[in-house]
Amino acid sequence: MTERVETQGISGEHYNFAYLDEQTKRMIRRTILKGIAVPGYQVPFAAREMPMPYGWGTGGVQVTAAVIGKNDCLKMIDQGSDDTTNAVALRNFFVETTGVDTTTKTKDASIIQTRHRIPEETLTKDQVLVYQVPIPEPLRFLEPRETETRKMHALEEYGLMHVKLYEDIAKFGHIATAYAYPVMVQDRYVMDPSPTPKFDNPKMDQMEALQLFGAGREKRIYAIPPHTKVVSLDFEDHPFEVTKFEQPCAICGAEEVYLDEVILDDDGNRMFVCSDSDFCEERRDAGHVGHLGTNPLEAEGND
Amino acid sequence: MSMDIQSSEDLPLLQVSNTTKLYGGRIGCKDVSFDLYPGEVLAIVGESGSGKTTLLNSLATRLTPTSGSVNYRNRMGQMRNLYEMSEAERRMLMRTDWGFVHQHPADGLRMTVSAGANVGERLMAVGARHYGNIRDTATDWLGRVEIAEDRIDDDPRAFSGGMRQRLQIARNLVTAPQLVFMDEPTGGLDVSVQARLLDLLRGLVADLGLSVIIVTHDLAVARLLSHRILVMRHGHVIESGLTDQVLDDPQESYTQLLVSSILQP
Repeated sequence: MTERVETQGISGEHYNFAYLDEQTKRMIRRTILKGIAVPGYQVPFAAREMPMPYGWGTGGVQVTAAVIGKNDCLKMIDQGSDDTTNAVALRNFFVETTGVDTTTKTKDASIIQTRHRIPEETLTKDQVLVYQVPIPEPLRFLEPRETETRKMHALEEYGLMHVKLYEDIAKFGHIATAYAYPVMVQDRYVMDPSPTPKFDNPKMDQMEALQLFGAGREKRIYAIPPHTKVVSLDFEDHPFEVTKFEQPCAICGAEEVYLDEVILDDDGNRMFVCSDSDFCEERRDAGHVGHLGTNPLEAEGND
Repeated sequence: MSMDIQSSEDLPLLQVSNTTKLYGGRIGCKDVSFDLYPGEVLAIVGESGSGKTTLLNSLATRLTPTSGSVNYRNRMGQMRNLYEMSEAERRMLMRTDWGFVHQHPADGLRMTVSAGANVGERLMAVGARHYGNIRDTATDWLGRVEIAEDRIDDDPRAFSGGMRQRLQIARNLVTAPQLVFMDEPTGGLDVSVQARLLDLLRGLVADLGLSVIIVTHDLAVARLLSHRILVMRHGHVIESGLTDQVLDDPQESYTQLLVSSILQP
């Protein structure tokens, strides 16, 4: 038997460190190691029930619980932001069950668990990026049979993935897939990068940080080790393009970052702001100001 | 039951010897042997439950025969036993050198993607990565199976039964296969649509020099399309030979019964 590592949460409850028992964490670590050994391959694992509903990131939480240690510093983001519901709930979960330090600063974090975004700041070799994945199988909507998709991965039969891109071009004139854009990992496995916007796909290529993907409901873990080739699929005459924005961030003026559209009033006024809230704050602290100023409520026409 | 009717310079494309498929103790098909030559159309006829489809599936690697061998001559001229090839090679064969036309088009088509993507899938599966070229080829093939160009972006769900069947044929022929298996391709179509489809198939088979193994219970289809015919009953081939010969002068009493059962309008 493995020694029990207890943590007392803020609420006074006693938990094993990071909620899961030690045997479960070992099982998940073995799965992660296999995933790292075969980049992009979906490794099945015995996902546990977690004290939160499927869809809230039970896969990512289990991966984080398996890799987190007492000295880690955790950052939790949802749609790029540190202060949305999912991020706050999951951050509190780990504060309660591990007592580790948390941060909103990308560069201070050793583990970053994310839903939908890769931080704008370049990640380094000492960091681990954990993705919450809803549907790990990129071929799923074209081929519903799991036995068949496994065979297709095994035999590298990926023509079907291009059928999806073909359909996009035929219907919309360009590859309209904007998120969960399929990638080829190390020239072998086609992988779904989870519902991150395709804007973030180039960041996955040759990233210095370790990338781990956990899908709790589907019971799959996969990984991209540091310095791994990740190529977005495309056609010769319709090459992969990242999303471009016509204007910079309205409050920090950042360009070439991923922006969220925010509706300001009922008259059709809107602004585009950084989806990465930490990145935006740092820029504002450094004195950058966008065209709506640091506080859009004080800006002209919004009094 | 070998039928060496071809000139000696042609080598068989498919050699079937003693192929047997048992379902437990029941016979699916038993000891079937024949050679198929390039450009030849072979019809397998017989009543329901006679083992036609079992035989077809055993040849097309969709079922594994209980015993016997099926050898196929690939484009490099090598004769290979299908069931000694790796699964990867067999699947490669299925999507390049071979075609399989199902009785129900929904089984052979992807009903949720457009006609163009249905035709283009095989091209993309063998590495085509140029959208414009894939689309041009798809447009060309839709034209060859008499589907209007402006239907290229419609789902097969929006197509009639006859159009779906023609789309399925285009999807199979786009990689210029050597051998096409057809399981009752005209089943479920009304007679005028059936006649057009047969006309189309006959033209394509002749133009492309395809070898075809076609399963049908309709002797008229066999007469129109095939050069040779196998008559099956209870899992055994009971009579075989040139189509006209067998149909005009059947030797076996069962074949005589089959031929005389055709309704005359």
